[in-house]
Amino acid sequence: MSALLKTPLYHAHVEVGARMAEFAGWDMPVQYAGLMEEHHAVRNSVAVFDVSHMGEIAVTGKDAVPFLQNVVTTNVGRLRQGRSQYTLICNERGGVIEDAILYHHDGYLLVVNAGNKQAVWEWLSGVAARFEVDLLDRSDEYALLAVQGPEAERSLQPLCDLDLQRLRRSRVRPAVLAGRGVLVARTGYTGEDGFEIFMAAYDAPRIWDGLMDANIPPAGLGARNTLRLEAGMALHGNELSPEINPFEASLERFVDMEKGEFVGRESLVDVAADGPDRLLYGFRMRGRAIPRDGYGIKAASGQGMVTSGSYSPTLQVGIAMGFLPGSLRRGDDVMIEIRGRDHEAEIVDLPFYRRENERRPGAR
Amino acid sequence: MFPDDLRYTREHEWVRIEDDQATVGITEYAQDELGDIVYVELPKAGEKFAQMETFAVIESVKAVSDLYCPLSGEILAANDELVASPELANESPYADGWMIRIRPASLEEVENLMTAAEYEALVSGLRT
Repeated sequence: MSALLKTPLYHAHVEVGARMAEFAGWDMPVQYAGLMEEHHAVRNSVAVFDVSHMGEIAVTGKDAVPFLQNVVTTNVGRLRQGRSQYTLICNERGGVIEDAILYHHDGYLLVVNAGNKQAVWEWLSGVAARFEVDLLDRSDEYALLAVQGPEAERSLQPLCDLDLQRLRRSRVRPAVLAGRGVLVARTGYTGEDGFEIFMAAYDAPRIWDGLMDANIPPAGLGARNTLRLEAGMALHGNELSPEINPFEASLERFVDMEKGEFVGRESLVDVAADGPDRLLYGFRMRGRAIPRDGYGIKAASGQGMVTSGSYSPTLQVGIAMGFLPGSLRRGDDVMIEIRGRDHEAEIVDLPFYRRENERRPGAR
Repeated sequence: MFPDDLRYTREHEWVRIEDDQATVGITEYAQDELGDIVYVELPKAGEKFAQMETFAVIESVKAVSDLYCPLSGEILAANDELVASPELANESPYADGWMIRIRPASLEEVENLMTAAEYEALVSGLRT
């Protein structure tokens, strides 16, 4: 195996005894104190994730906006300075090459999955040839931390010069955190309130120490996955792929058909007219068995496969997402095959978990 | 650090032999490696397994693991309390977290299992 990539915080993780594992070519912390404990910390209080493996691609130049309008599915023209949006990059067939967060601060910054960075880079470079635009892979310069949980604002504020209460959801601002210049965004991938903090890679150890001193416990990629699954958030490679279109994944609200031409639009117009062949559903087990990625699903309307399945620490039952043909409704029965035996599950609304008080005082 | 009165498999099960019965569970090392155990699927009384045949499944939040039967034999009982409270395997791997009781077909197979000292050597090799 070739050497794994390490984030600037690798030694900090190893020092506290984190369990490390390979993820998308990176040696990443999967858990520290324990997945369950870390999961509950984010749901009930706060924890911090090192997500420096994520890729950052800066888009600048005269045609930055027309280029982005052409390459993503959302309306970049409406993305004002200091804001971010969840967006999709599609191929001509309307399949999802990547889902990303697009930040507008000075220039534009696309934050992409570690495992897809190379493919996204190549795709963007291909489209960019037709525009006056500069792409810059800044992934090595940046570290990225996610401070997530209902106590995120209260825990982070003493370290930060920016009035976090006034930083509304999906907004991004420069700030000084633990004495270092950073970009703070009110975004996340856990279904909780929280912040994602971009910093120079060389500042990451000092800022991390500041967060540890502020008693914000670390959480690993294990909890990150159960949190995002409970929140019904897609993971590229599981719920999204170049063979899956946004309508199938119930992400059509992130496709703006009215904004003008973009890659994949023609195919997506057809999908919108005909309706998708299959849809992403949420499943909740009726018994104790746990559905896992790749397990088969049988429904009255046809068959499918679990794209993400796990025990849900919050709901204390097995949950899963997966695609099925046809139209099914909440409460409909399905069978999930676990080790050769069919186990009963029911269709439930996504997300599985929604935080109370979803609109905070700071939110619009 | 591993109890002397037990024998061990390379797959991190332990077995305690008392007269003509044997009790089986997973080791302290196994429960620590697995993390929070949330599901256990155990066989029923009367089922028969060969030595090192898969007899049960144990799941943490993240992963599914097979368990291997340390000795050939017939299942006498499974720990229903463990099925209801899988976290017992984390909290008490050598006592309340036991998995199954079997009637061993042949005690000669014990020779194929590791002593506490041998198992300790195996685990310390895995930890480095």
